Amino acid sequence: MSDIPELSSVGVLRWIWRQLTSMRVALILLLLLGVAAIPGSIFPQRTQNPMKVQEFFTQNPGLAKWMDAIKLFDVYSSPWFSAIYLLLFISLVGCVLPRTFSHLKAVGAQPPLTPKFLDRMEFYATVNGNPAVALDKSEKWLKKNRFRIRREENSISAEKGYLRETGNLLFHLSLLLILVAVGVGSLFGSKGEAILNVGERFINTPTSYDTLSFGKFQSEGSLIPFSLKVTDFVATYDPATNAPTDYKLTVSASNPIGSKEETKIIKVNSPLTYASTKIYLQANGYSPVVAIHDKSGKLVFEGPVAFLPQDANLTSLGAIKVPDMSPQIGFVATFVPTAARDSKRGAFSAYPEALDPRLLVSVWAGNLGLDSGIPQSVYRIDTSKMTRIGLKSLGLNQTYNFGEGTITFEGVKSWVNLQIVDDPGKMYALLGAILAVLGLLISLFTRQRRIWIKIGDTVEIAGLAKNGMTGLKEEIDQLSKELKG
Amino acid sequence: MVLVTIAFFAYATEVAFSMKNNDDNDKTDFDFTRTTKSGRIGSIMMLLALFFLFGGVLFRGLSAQRVPWGNMYEFSITGAFAVTGAYIFGVIRYRLRWLGLPISFAVLLTLGTAVTVLYRPSAPLVPALKSTWLAIHVSAAIVSGGVFLLANAVAGTYLILDNIEKKGPRPTWALRLPTLEALDQLSYRLVAFVFPLWTFAVIAGAIWAESAWGRYWGWDPKETWAFITWVAYAAYLHARVTIGWRGRRAAWLCLFAGSTFLFNYVYVNIWGTGRHTYSGL
Ligand code: HEM
Repeated sequence: MSDIPELSSVGVLRWIWRQLTSMRVALILLLLLGVAAIPGSIFPQRTQNPMKVQEFFTQNPGLAKWMDAIKLFDVYSSPWFSAIYLLLFISLVGCVLPRTFSHLKAVGAQPPLTPKFLDRMEFYATVNGNPAVALDKSEKWLKKNRFRIRREENSISAEKGYLRETGNLLFHLSLLLILVAVGVGSLFGSKGEAILNVGERFINTPTSYDTLSFGKFQSEGSLIPFSLKVTDFVATYDPATNAPTDYKLTVSASNPIGSKEETKIIKVNSPLTYASTKIYLQANGYSPVVAIHDKSGKLVFEGPVAFLPQDANLTSLGAIKVPDMSPQIGFVATFVPTAARDSKRGAFSAYPEALDPRLLVSVWAGNLGLDSGIPQSVYRIDTSKMTRIGLKSLGLNQTYNFGEGTITFEGVKSWVNLQIVDDPGKMYALLGAILAVLGLLISLFTRQRRIWIKIGDTVEIAGLAKNGMTGLKEEIDQLSKELKG
Repeated sequence: MVLVTIAFFAYATEVAFSMKNNDDNDKTDFDFTRTTKSGRIGSIMMLLALFFLFGGVLFRGLSAQRVPWGNMYEFSITGAFAVTGAYIFGVIRYRLRWLGLPISFAVLLTLGTAVTVLYRPSAPLVPALKSTWLAIHVSAAIVSGGVFLLANAVAGTYLILDNIEKKGPRPTWALRLPTLEALDQLSYRLVAFVFPLWTFAVIAGAIWAESAWGRYWGWDPKETWAFITWVAYAAYLHARVTIGWRGRRAAWLCLFAGSTFLFNYVYVNIWGTGRHTYSGL
């Protein structure tokens, strides 16, 4: 019960600190961290799958509200998860820094004194060699085997394997580095997405993004000033399984804007890199190109509209909104790249390439609800205040007259979703990871052990291996042989 | 492909045969010269199985024109290969032949499900899987898994024998198994040996995720469970090295850590939702 502190605040703090940096608490925290990570893999998470979270809310509203209150949908940014890893972080600092200092001292120091009673050691033997020369012989052998040696009048204390502690410390310090790097990345980084049709240009300013989020200490002005134009996108598929085999995006990019444009290829596993900013190919789909004229024949809309893929064969849903006509017109549309039809599913796509593209539109007239102030999905139309006035399946270059005007299906373009990420912490995280593995290898494969030789009436040899690593017995046998011979 | 399937069945039968032999060996026979012989046959069968498995994995790779680690069927046959390899290594280096019974059973089970439930014809990879890091990440993970399972088998044996010894002396079939202490040490040594490899596998996965998805860590279920496994084994190492856990408690912790790995493999691959689930398992 000696652990109970005097009840001064300093005493309490010191007690807390000692608990926090104790191995037992570190172990508990480590296990807790593992357990705390579990719910995030079971329940849908907002950061990964916001749609699923919403689904959960509509299915179990009561339960979901309760779960949301304890952050079960944002596990990895929840206070309790953060608390565990912050405590672990502190524990790690409190544990590793003092050890680092004492290790630095120990590296220059001599091995500890030979203990009085060697026969308590794990390995102990008496050798009937000549005590007079035993120490000299041992010293020679130990030196040859690169032990550090502390020789005294009638004993030698030798140690080898300091690298083990070095590796161990390197490993733990690297973990700290990784944690810091992750923090830097989330505080100073930015991450956004933009959908571009083939032929369109992207300029890296906040307004060009569809979604963009900044770290706490990152500002809009710190985006790298590049621009790029999507010149080509090719998706290849395996005809046997319809599975994609390759996506290849070609862009002409300039960084900074105005400098010479260069042609670059972006693939799924090879993003375009500008310093700590990377541009990834995230997703792709089709944008049917349509032209819409009103009753008087005036062109009111023309261009590609991005549709959202629904299945592996890229059956896509989308919405074309024409608020400038009166009444307002909206097209709820399905696009199939390779049209097929059966009795169960109706129209569907048989292959992901645009071999026989068709656009199925249902035309709605009325109020699109765009001025209601509620942000709307670009892929959907709220048809609650509209009436359907037409339905048509269009092949390429066909025109449909729906009374209030006409729509022409002029062609298809591909769109790509670019993810643009700036993570300045990444390189440090990688460095930390490499050092961590290195440190682990060093610490787990270095055998740290001590050997003592003491002369009196006989010659005594003893040894101690850290963590019961094997091989020390053989070494001691060898040394004994040396001393006998 | 037919050839490969035949090969699978061929060695599956052989493994079954070896298992039967080990069965006789372990359970009923008291004449050690005879059991040694059947045990040896078992080992040779496992060695043969190793070659056939290697052939199977190789053919799969050739027939698909890529590294054969694109779906669960392929992970399973490669995993079976890794476990068998780890076992053979164990037999040579640590005299682990006594593990033949549980190991061959596990391999048989894996192969059985692979061939019956998980089988898919070879196909090219989806673009996200086309990366050198895939090969590195997956092979490191599979080898780690093989050794983790081996360590689990050792820890499990420890617990069983410990229970038996508490009740009285060992029955005949267990006489020739290693001492409890040796088992305890062995499971630690196996874990300490592969922990760096597993760490590396997780990091390689992160590097791959960074190049494919734009973030190196996203708490995807697969990543989360890989992390949990890593933390569990780190806890195990700490418990042993710094607090000095031995014996039953250490063995249970080892089993727990190993089961997080299995859980990741079985549950997350099949029922999980994250980005690691590719079409058709
Ligand atoms: C993020 C969490 C941590 C991980 C993943 C981790 C991992 C490891 C590993 C793998 C070892 C090597 C075990 C061996 O030599 O067999 C180790 C050793 C050690 N760790 Fe940690 N550790 C963590 C946190 C901590 C904390 C918080 C402390 C201090 C309170 C700590 C103190 C130690 C000590 C003292 C050793 C001793 C090794 C020896 O004596 O050779 N670790 N750790």
